[in-house]
Amino acid sequence: MTAHHPPRRRARLDVDRLLDDPRTHVIVCCGSGGVGKTTTAAAMALRAAERGRKAVVLTIDPARRLAQSMGLAELDNTPRPVRGVDSSQGGGLDAMMLDMKRTFDEVVEAHTTPDRARQILANPFYQALSSSFAGTQEYMAMEKLGQLRQRGQWDLIVVDTPPSRSALDFLDAPERLGSFLDGRLIRLLGGPARAGGKAYRKVFQAGFNVVTGTLTKVLGGDLLRDVQTFVNALDTMFGGFRERADQTYALLKRPETAFVVVAVPEQDALREASYFVDRLSEDAMPLAGLVLNRVHHASGGISEEQAIAGAERLEEAGEHHLTASLLRLHAERLESAARDQRSGDRFVAAHPEVPVTHAAALADDVHDLAGLRQIGDLMATPT
Amino acid sequence: MGDWEGVRLHVVTGKGGTGKTTVASALALALAGGGRKVLLAEVEERQGLAQLFDVAPLTYAERRIAPASGGGEVYGLAIDAREAMYEYLAMFYRLGRAGRALDRVGFVDFATTIAPGLRDVLLTGKTYEAARRKDARGELVYDAVVLDAPPTGRITRFLDVNTSVSSLARVGPIHRQANSITTLVHSPLTAVHVVALLEEMPVQETVDAVAELRAAKIPLGAVIVNQVREAHLAGRERTAARSGKLDRDMIAEGLKAAALPFSNVLVDQLCTEAAGHARRLESERRARQELAALDRPMYTLPRVPGGIDPTAVYEFAETLTEQGAS
Repeated sequence: MTAHHPPRRRARLDVDRLLDDPRTHVIVCCGSGGVGKTTTAAAMALRAAERGRKAVVLTIDPARRLAQSMGLAELDNTPRPVRGVDSSQGGGLDAMMLDMKRTFDEVVEAHTTPDRARQILANPFYQALSSSFAGTQEYMAMEKLGQLRQRGQWDLIVVDTPPSRSALDFLDAPERLGSFLDGRLIRLLGGPARAGGKAYRKVFQAGFNVVTGTLTKVLGGDLLRDVQTFVNALDTMFGGFRERADQTYALLKRPETAFVVVAVPEQDALREASYFVDRLSEDAMPLAGLVLNRVHHASGGISEEQAIAGAERLEEAGEHHLTASLLRLHAERLESAARDQRSGDRFVAAHPEVPVTHAAALADDVHDLAGLRQIGDLMATPT
Repeated sequence: MGDWEGVRLHVVTGKGGTGKTTVASALALALAGGGRKVLLAEVEERQGLAQLFDVAPLTYAERRIAPASGGGEVYGLAIDAREAMYEYLAMFYRLGRAGRALDRVGFVDFATTIAPGLRDVLLTGKTYEAARRKDARGELVYDAVVLDAPPTGRITRFLDVNTSVSSLARVGPIHRQANSITTLVHSPLTAVHVVALLEEMPVQETVDAVAELRAAKIPLGAVIVNQVREAHLAGRERTAARSGKLDRDMIAEGLKAAALPFSNVLVDQLCTEAAGHARRLESERRARQELAALDRPMYTLPRVPGGIDPTAVYEFAETLTEQGAS
């Protein structure tokens, strides 16, 4: 690269091409909390449906009014048709909201005898794990994605991701839970019967006693017993968890999947987006591009300085109060627009290879299909 | 004398994107004003505080990160579950070799990332320890501890560790630790402040979180409304702007008086912006009503169009103090 390289034209994320491509079967929307992930996922799914795809959107935690407008009032963990979608192009839209405990229960039920399943579902350690472990939601979102894909009823699945501590949790959690459930500790906890052959046991018995002794001291005997019962009940499912986590991970890597990173033009959100982009490229995951939401634009032919100077002149003269207010507002807009532009440019400079599209900031909150259509139009239109 | 006399643990939560790290930092600076010493702790391993104050990444060792007015000091701490686990094992069990053995089989991983609730006990446990720590003369080391806590969706579960843990660890030291944390968190020594924006989702999450915290009997602090826009239009002008009935000729004359180049494009742009602004103000008014109905002290912080830097955090601290936060 030479020092006087001309400014690179940023690659544009062509949303319609992505949605129309019959080879795109899964779109995963990720990004930090509060950037409009759910809205973006819903808007993409709706646009795809109205352009002729048979789409389903899996949301994690939609705003109440948006959920209602999509007919998601029922929490039954299965996709339901969304009413009011234009199906003239032959497409359609289903939507569902993830119930993580129910999904976990279903996994257990599908992999063991009814008797065993009952035992596991009643176990206190399982109950805590399935309803409060911070990674369970991520894991179950991926599990549900795998299930929907297997049903083969839709040709496009759009997934919203959980509001994780960090966007990366979403990729790591399934693996973490999978390797725990299939790992050394749980074998130890499961009792000597699980810890390999006799000779192996002899060598490790001493260490084993130190470990379980300490665990009992730290956690209390009850918890240890619950974990042991849980592990023994899970007996038939070992390997299954790991295998499923691996399968989902493989699905995410396939070219039929497209990751869309969502951000707003603010430091924190873009930092998370950068981490995510880097991580996806490290893991060779198919990244489609970045959707930058709530970008302020302003034009009108005058600069921020001119607007402020004009407003000051009117305020000093004590006349044209309305125009002065409008100029103040316009100056503020220009300032926001300049800041958004700078943030966006910084991201592009750091990741010139990542296609980007903008969705302009709207004056109103989105809570119906019309609002989602508007967002879809904004995302798909070059700025 | 502020609104929170006697509160030692300030927990700051909010939906993602509401600026809770900024608000927690400003609150810490406000509380440290007048020569007090305040600990500001984060638990999400994001290094948000270091970014905000523009200092080197924080560690598990507490360190002074910012001076406050009147000789006050803010210390920073990044609580890491793994470090807390080691400290915990060393403190209660003098575990050397066995501690390492636990690490080898993956127990530390288990306790810090997987075991439901244990991670939260470790994180809140460190906060609990700092809030009660005394020096050699028996004086409290910190006048207050401010916790940049997990977002609203997880806050009640995070603080109400006893409920999640006691059903699992029914006896033993973790159970006892969870019990002491629970006592502190439910006492008047604690206040949970919720950061909101005047937008639909953040307001809904604030209302939900307040209801959950009330049900869990965890003492609520203030509702802090962040990023509030300046209102540029009022009364009849606002109404006219909303319905697209602003007097274009008058605007054009105003532009002339302001010695600005007149164009229809500019007038169109100003009218569109005014309409959007008026609609936004109306939805903000409704959002504010919903928050006011929660019946908590409400503080307001302005939107900073240019973005947040350390100077803005100090300005926010002053604004909070003026409104009674310290």
